[in-house]
Amino acid sequence: MAGAKEIRTKIKSIQNTQKITKAMEMVAASKMRRAQERMQAARPYAQKMRNVVAHLARAHPEYRHPFVVERGAKRVGLVIVSTDRGLCGGLNVNLFRAVLSTMEEWHDKGAEIALATIGSKALGFFKRLGGNIISEASQLGDAPAVTDLIGAIKVMLGAYEQGKLDRLFLIHNDFVNTMVQRPEILQLLPVPPSEEQELRHHWDYLYEPDAKDVLDVLFTRYIESLVYQGVVENLACEQAARMVAMKAASDNAGNLIDELQLAYNKARQAAITQEISEIVGGAAAV
Amino acid sequence: MAMTIHVDIASAEEEIHSGPATVVYAPAEMGEIGIYPRHAPLLSRLKPGEVRVQTQSGEELFFFVSGGLLEVQPHVVTVLADTAIRAADLDEAAAQEAQKQAEQQMRDRKSDIDYAKAKAEMVQAAAQLRAIQKLRKRGRG
Repeated sequence: MAGAKEIRTKIKSIQNTQKITKAMEMVAASKMRRAQERMQAARPYAQKMRNVVAHLARAHPEYRHPFVVERGAKRVGLVIVSTDRGLCGGLNVNLFRAVLSTMEEWHDKGAEIALATIGSKALGFFKRLGGNIISEASQLGDAPAVTDLIGAIKVMLGAYEQGKLDRLFLIHNDFVNTMVQRPEILQLLPVPPSEEQELRHHWDYLYEPDAKDVLDVLFTRYIESLVYQGVVENLACEQAARMVAMKAASDNAGNLIDELQLAYNKARQAAITQEISEIVGGAAAV
Repeated sequence: MAMTIHVDIASAEEEIHSGPATVVYAPAEMGEIGIYPRHAPLLSRLKPGEVRVQTQSGEELFFFVSGGLLEVQPHVVTVLADTAIRAADLDEAAAQEAQKQAEQQMRDRKSDIDYAKAKAEMVQAAAQLRAIQKLRKRGRG
C-alpha cells in the first residue's frame, strides 16, 4: 500500500505543475495576440521610412551620409535582440547559436566584435561568454517603447560615426508563424542599397534646414525603427514560443499523470487482493 | 472639386492618420509650412507642435507631434512622428545610461578569465564618453 500512497503524492504534484503550465500557456496566447497587433501597428512607419530611404538612395548624389558609405569591415557591431524571461523553448538558444556562428565568421576574418544586447537573456549569455558588450537595454516589458531603445542604439551609432565600428548588424527572431520562429540577421549599417525597382522619378528633395541635419535624423530614426521592429517581432516570437513550450509541457504532464494513474490503480488493486487473500487465509486457519 | 493630397501620419509605434486633405500645415524646423497638392519634394525636420490637416469637407484635424520628419512628394505627405520629445542632449543621456548599465554588468562579473576584458571594456567606454563630450563641445563652439 506504501507504493500507492507515494504514487498519489506524485500525481498531485504533477497536477499542480500542469495547472501552472496551462495558465502560462493561456497567458502567452493572449499576450501573443497583443504582440502581433503591436507588430502590425509598427509596420506603416517602418514601410514609409523604407520608402523615403529608398528614394534617397537614388535621389541624392551630392551629399553622401556616412551611414551609406561602405568601408572595410575591421570592427563589427551586433545588436542582439533576446527575451527578458525564459521558459520559451529553444528561442534564445537558437538565436544565440546563429549569433555565435556569425561572430565566429567575423572573428575568422580578423574583425573585432562589439555587442549591444537587448533583453536580459542575451546580456547574461554574452556576459558569461566574455563578449565585448558596449551597451544594453533590458526589462522592456510587454509593451516596449522606442524610447527604451534609444540609448542602446545611440551608443552603437555613435561608435559607427567615430569609426569604432565599420558595420552594424541586427539579430532577432523573425515571426514566421505561431509554430515557426527563425533567427534573422539584418545589416543596419552601412544602409544596404534597396532592391526595390520602383524607378519612376528622378528628382532631389529640398532639405530643411540642410541635407546633413535632415539625413542625420532620418537615418537615426530609420535604424531605430528597424531595431524597434525587431524587438516587437521578437516579443511576438517569445510569446508564441512560450505558448508552444507550455502546451507541450501540459501535454507531457497529462501523459505522465495517465501513466501514474494506471500504476496507482494496479498498486491499489494488488493491495486489495492481498488483503482479501490474507483475510480468507486467516478465516480458513481459524 | 478641390485637388487633394494624401496624408499619412505615423509614429514608430502606430499609424495615427491616413487620408486625403486639401491643405496640410506642419511645424517644420524653419517655421510652419502649408503644403498644397503638387508641392515640390521636400524633406524637413519637424519641431514639436501641431500638424493640421484640412479635409475635403472643410473639417480641420489636429495632431500633436513631438518632432519627427516630414516628407513631401507632389501627391503624398508623410509625417514620421517621434514618439517622444527628442533632443541631442536627451539622446546622449540615454546613451550614457545604456553604457553605464553595460559597464555595471561587466563589473559584476565574477569569472577571472573575463576580468581583463571587462577592464579594457571600461577603458573603452570611458574613452567613448570623453569623445562624446568632446564632440558636444565642438558642436557648441
